[in-house]
Amino acid sequence: MTEARWETPSARTLVLDVPQWPGHLPGQHIDVRLTAPDGYSAQRSYSIASAWRDGGTVELTIQRVADGEVSSYLTDVLEPGQQLELRGPVGGWFVWRGAPAPVLLVAGGSGVVPLMAMIRARGDARGRQPFRLIYSVRAPQDTLYATELARRVRDDPGLDVHLAYTRKTPDDWLEPPGRIGVATLNTHGWPPDFAPDVFVCGPTSFVEATADILVALGHDASRIRTERFGGTA
Amino acid sequence: MTTGFELDGNAMAGDLREIFAVDLTEAVATCAGCGRPSAVAALLVWGPAPGLVARCPGCEDVVLRLVRAPGRAWLDVRGAVSLRIALPEESVAEGPA
Repeated sequence: MTEARWETPSARTLVLDVPQWPGHLPGQHIDVRLTAPDGYSAQRSYSIASAWRDGGTVELTIQRVADGEVSSYLTDVLEPGQQLELRGPVGGWFVWRGAPAPVLLVAGGSGVVPLMAMIRARGDARGRQPFRLIYSVRAPQDTLYATELARRVRDDPGLDVHLAYTRKTPDDWLEPPGRIGVATLNTHGWPPDFAPDVFVCGPTSFVEATADILVALGHDASRIRTERFGGTA
Repeated sequence: MTTGFELDGNAMAGDLREIFAVDLTEAVATCAGCGRPSAVAALLVWGPAPGLVARCPGCEDVVLRLVRAPGRAWLDVRGAVSLRIALPEESVAEGPA
């Protein structure tokens, strides 16, 4: 790890310099394995947050989870200069490959990480695909990449971001806090007629509810790709 | 109804990639219980590693089981009728003109 930065009080981005890294696609993962001196080891799969540029670094954003034996080490203990045991890039299903179709991204909490890699890859490639991100987050201070998302909405043509707060909104916010529902997905997503590619990532219950609503709204289930992560990652 | 799973087949990508020459999370597994085809990435996965149980999102029957140990892995696929794996089109060798 060459450097680390806090995105929120409980989420840290690790910048990794990986020798012989072959490059990765937005949405792919890295498996991180930690091994204790007594041989006990624990492995977790983390989405890559960064878009790949030749000769570049690989970034992971880790949300600290209560009782998360791996996540709390990565957020609170690991220091720049230390080494990590990695395997990757892995996964080829929850991946955006730059197709021309419009894209709807729906994130619950730290499920935004692989979707951010897609937004960054599109921005780097000056992509023209219409992109919409609906990002459900507990409160303003929990928003990952808030500054960069605001900048990209201004600078990346065709990117829209809608934040949906579940517990607490900014003071001047018009909508009351609440979970993403039919109205949010209908208003801020794409109409099913546009046949968007849809990527949904978040906790299991969030992913299930969102995918069910999208299908009920008329989206083609085969265009909806999902990724669920557990509470202990 | 079984509840409490935390992950999906996306999280199996690394272990499967050590066994197979292609990314198996993109493969389509047909459930032996209900016949529903699903991407391996979309199976519902119960952990924790090193023993993973992947169930059908339709009927929740067990489709795959994967146990990883030092130096070996067991993959139980009896819950899948088939695995359809996309391969790159072979370039057809052209004969002499």
